[in-house]
Amino acid sequence: MLNYDFDWAIITSGRYFEWLMAGVYTTVQLSVVSIVLAFLLGLIIAVMRMSHVSPIRWFAYAYLEFTRNTPLLVQIFFWYFGSYQVLPRFINEWLVTWNFEFAAAVIALTIYTSAFIAEDIRSGVRSIPREQMEAARSSGFTFLRAMQYIILPQAVRITIPPLINQFLNLTKNSSLAMTIGVAELTYQARQVESYTFKGYEAFTAATIVYLGMSLVIAALVNIYNRKVLATVKGR
Amino acid sequence: MDLSFDFSVISKNITYFMIGSYPHGRLGGVALTLYLAVASCILSFLGGLFLGMLSVSKFRVIRYSATAVINAVRGIPLLMVIFWMYFLLPALMGRTMPESRTVIAALTIFTSAYMAEIVRAGIEGIPRGQTEAAISTGLHPWQAMFYIVLPQGLRNMVPSFVNQFVSLIKDTSLAFIVGVSELTHVATQINNRTMIYPAEIFFFIAVIYFIICYAFTSLSRWLEKRLAWQKAI
Repeated sequence: MLNYDFDWAIITSGRYFEWLMAGVYTTVQLSVVSIVLAFLLGLIIAVMRMSHVSPIRWFAYAYLEFTRNTPLLVQIFFWYFGSYQVLPRFINEWLVTWNFEFAAAVIALTIYTSAFIAEDIRSGVRSIPREQMEAARSSGFTFLRAMQYIILPQAVRITIPPLINQFLNLTKNSSLAMTIGVAELTYQARQVESYTFKGYEAFTAATIVYLGMSLVIAALVNIYNRKVLATVKGR
Repeated sequence: MDLSFDFSVISKNITYFMIGSYPHGRLGGVALTLYLAVASCILSFLGGLFLGMLSVSKFRVIRYSATAVINAVRGIPLLMVIFWMYFLLPALMGRTMPESRTVIAALTIFTSAYMAEIVRAGIEGIPRGQTEAAISTGLHPWQAMFYIVLPQGLRNMVPSFVNQFVSLIKDTSLAFIVGVSELTHVATQINNRTMIYPAEIFFFIAVIYFIICYAFTSLSRWLEKRLAWQKAI
């Protein structure tokens, strides 16, 4: 079996501890920035998917299917290596001035997650009775205004638990950003491993952090389901 | 923006994309991606069935520990599981392992946890009265599970299993990290060699993944519709 001397001190204090904490910080930063952008993009795509104008609807459908059925890693590589071919030059130059790896990871994670969020929002909208849209339209709201004031505020409330789940997935998926050199948690764990050969300790620490985040977020969803959603549905 | 795409890099390397350097060397590319996905799918189906049945066991200790394992695996990124296998398997086995086997082990463990949740939901979707009726006609609880509950439950699970297989195909791209020459790895190799066609190369493999995954996504939707139709009559 394992013939290995564990040395936990190496990751609980000092330089390597700082590396891991920096990794946690980057992971959180990457996830939070991406989830906000992904939510906005997902909202737009969801509304486009329900539009009455068929080209818009088809575009949204194609976008959803293509992003959901391609691996995130490939999308990360596409934006990281290929962005200078597909994005306008001034955007690329702007991205390079702050942090290109981080930006590419944000773009890929945002696009990938937005597709899943759009589907969640769409099923949330579906759970709102059809008559509400008809009533709103007949009292003079346009499609977009009816969405904005009547349907979406209710749908988003129902969609919050799956949205938080997507945030959880996003946090886990952000580990893929290490492949393009974003110094997030998994990257730092790998880094500690290659400097110290203490792979088990480093990966245990990273695993515990990911698990901790997952458990906390899962607990929040539970509370929300019991406290908030029960009152929304109870009315 | 430099929108002058040159897709000749694809046609020049098409066999390498599809089968790697086989038959002169190792199998790679799309073929290896499919091999990894199918092998891990079969193994994780069995693992998921086993874990899923444990998680509905009537013994509290078994049920709780199975649920704990499932939730722990679902709580960490696949990349973590791959690294764990990469470091742990050789130490446990006492010898080096081929990377493709490391990846299959990691994908199996990871996907089993998700499959187990599908199995649990499928079993719980069968009314409890059926098990009780089966037991009262003299079947052993295990027989009730294997002859009454699972055959019906599994049929309901098929669409979810197909969806999970789609995730698995996408997840095989992570094998790139430990140097298994599946499609994504092959693409990065070609990209490193040619240097100036990254958008073409990664768009092309995205399309390949899309064609494979979309076929299975559509299959799953069709199955779901047929299942709903069968239930209606």
